[in-house]
Amino acid sequence: MPVWTLYGLKRGVATNPWPQGHETTARGVQGMPRFHPERCTEGCRICADVCLPGAIRITETKKGERLSLDYGKCVACQMCTEFCPHDAMEKSEDWAFAVSKRADLIWDEALASLPARALTEKIHSAFGRSLHVRHVDAGSCNGCESELQALNNPYYNLHRLGIFFTPSPRFADLLLVTGTVTYAMKEALLETYNAMPEPRWVMAMGTCAVSGGAVGGGYACGRGVEGILPVDIYVPGCPPNPAAMIQGLLLLLNRTTQLVQGGHYAK
Amino acid sequence: MIGATEIKLSPDELLEVCRRLMAEGARLQLAYAWFPEPGTPELIYLADKKRLEPFPLLRCRLLDGRRELPSLAAITPLLGWYEREIQDLCGIRFNGHPEPAPLVLHEGAQPPMPPLDPRYQPEQMMAYSPQPWKLPPVEGDDVQQLPFGPVRADVLESAQIVFYYVGEGILHCHPRLFFKHRGLEKQFEGLSPLMGVVLAERISGVDSFAHALAFCQAIESACACRVPQRALYLRVLLAEMERLYNHLHYLGQLCHTTTLKVGEAQGKLLEEQCKQMNGEFTGSRFLRALLMPGGMRRDLNLSGLGEQLRRLEPQIVDYLEELETTNSHLDRLLTTGPLPRQVAFDQGASGPIKRASGIQRDLRWSHPYAAYGSFTVDVPVRTEGDAHARSRIRMEEIRASLKLIYSVLEQLPNGAVSAEVRPAPGAEAIGWCESTRGSIYHCVHLDEAGRLARVKVKSPSFSNWRVFPFTVHDSNMMDYAINEASFGLTMAGCDR
Repeated sequence: MPVWTLYGLKRGVATNPWPQGHETTARGVQGMPRFHPERCTEGCRICADVCLPGAIRITETKKGERLSLDYGKCVACQMCTEFCPHDAMEKSEDWAFAVSKRADLIWDEALASLPARALTEKIHSAFGRSLHVRHVDAGSCNGCESELQALNNPYYNLHRLGIFFTPSPRFADLLLVTGTVTYAMKEALLETYNAMPEPRWVMAMGTCAVSGGAVGGGYACGRGVEGILPVDIYVPGCPPNPAAMIQGLLLLLNRTTQLVQGGHYAK
Repeated sequence: MIGATEIKLSPDELLEVCRRLMAEGARLQLAYAWFPEPGTPELIYLADKKRLEPFPLLRCRLLDGRRELPSLAAITPLLGWYEREIQDLCGIRFNGHPEPAPLVLHEGAQPPMPPLDPRYQPEQMMAYSPQPWKLPPVEGDDVQQLPFGPVRADVLESAQIVFYYVGEGILHCHPRLFFKHRGLEKQFEGLSPLMGVVLAERISGVDSFAHALAFCQAIESACACRVPQRALYLRVLLAEMERLYNHLHYLGQLCHTTTLKVGEAQGKLLEEQCKQMNGEFTGSRFLRALLMPGGMRRDLNLSGLGEQLRRLEPQIVDYLEELETTNSHLDRLLTTGPLPRQVAFDQGASGPIKRASGIQRDLRWSHPYAAYGSFTVDVPVRTEGDAHARSRIRMEEIRASLKLIYSVLEQLPNGAVSAEVRPAPGAEAIGWCESTRGSIYHCVHLDEAGRLARVKVKSPSFSNWRVFPFTVHDSNMMDYAINEASFGLTMAGCDR
């Protein structure tokens, strides 16, 4: 045993200070596509045809065809970026997509300024800076679990931010849901939520929990947490990388700012 | 079906032909049903016989509205779960099944017709009213029952384990799985093969590459597509990268259950470093968005990967040696959860689990795919069958994976990374792959338009979850978490 203590000490500090310093922790990881509407041409629907989750749709309006883009459904499969003949969908490393309003994930041509968020202020005063999280897997592919487990590895070391996973919903402030909410998990999810003391919050983690993603629908699968529980923070991504997850958790605590508004990503 | 030698038979010949196959040394791998025409289901049984020989395959069509078959579970127990799955999803009854209860669909699920029937509306959610689960009767004064899950401690996938126990001793363990059943096989139907890859990557996140690879290989066989050499080599490299981060995570998680804290931290840090390497060189920490039928979606620039791995290797080797000399860790693993060879064989154990119980089988070696035929694949085997043997197999596979990755980097040919895939209406083929956790088979049927008509996904966790309880009965509570971690199971792959 003493050997292991020495072993650990010799290896020094592995933790990355993110989000302090803004050094990216996900070098090279491809995020959501960046949309350039000015490059888009009418009558072309290639991107919509290769979008399995239906994040990109072409809709008919009075002014002609319009492209609608919902980052809450995007699984970052990169198909549109590779098939678009006009580079209207550009590969990017934009992955910190946590938002508190679902509508903020939908591309808005005329981006309007949004009102200040009262909700996160309230959480801030109620909990100071610490947060206890109960995770429920409601039917994921286990990619989200793999990244959630990574939050406790020495590199991300979630405890340094005062955020802890707790075994019992009785001690939890936040219900963190991954997966599409299958028919068999719905009841267990509701029971877990009902066992939590108030005030309590819900986070939809991963595109499956936000909208059903690439697998939503069908005879057993479900389409995410919306309509089942009141969602406070949406974190799309397939799966969101650990830094994106941390950004979502800090956003709930009002300790960081939201980077996405009306589908536009602030740099 | 391409990739197999077929035997067509009638339902009445099934038992006899299956017995004969087994006497010749074959081991059944999977069974499923599909509907070539509405109302006429066809059963398909896939077996595995000798190295480098095509897989034997039995086809049995049910004509004239017949919806029942003799069960083979009594002579080859590993088919038990497959038959129950077919019963739930395709509405075919198996006469004489030793445990005919529903498996994949929970009691209380009321689909208007079997969900895999082509007439079932794809967007229609089943009606469901939760009902108490029928458990085997418990006898004896001091026997207690402990339901654990589906929401379990830590960040874990959902599953329920019911223990019957006296004091510390577990008498019987009864897992209730398939809480995460998403009906993915149905969702493949009607997709183009290209879109199918995006779905295949999401069957099990930590096996993304392996599932996508098995799926792409099935499509390529069906469409008689020759994949360029460079793509085949890249596939080997990436499949081994997946094995590497998974096995390191496995060892970290095993330390978590034996409360070796620094060992856990180091294992998971090494996993993180491998995942970051994946991200840096491929754009995805889970090696997604890389494969497509015909090859790779894009070429990769791997300069620097070899150097990074060689820098990491001494840390990995050091870590493995340290684990193997830590008595407190070894004490918890040795003799824990033994799985005898015969049980492993009969109940369908797969991957490192069966290799730890003395069965030398690895698809990379027995039925080479991608560029595995050009390399020597070490297949480590142990005979103890306990948790320690299962972890040792993984350790040796980490070393073998590193060796393979270096060889691929040295010999990586130049050239194109994808070839054209011509649609093949009505074609059928099998794709396979030895993933981190064991064998994956994708059986793909295309329709007249070249779209996916039926995709059967056999995942290693489905096989290994069936085997796992056999190592839990008659063990003790203290060892349960260690034993489960030593199997390295996923729920998503099992439940689909």
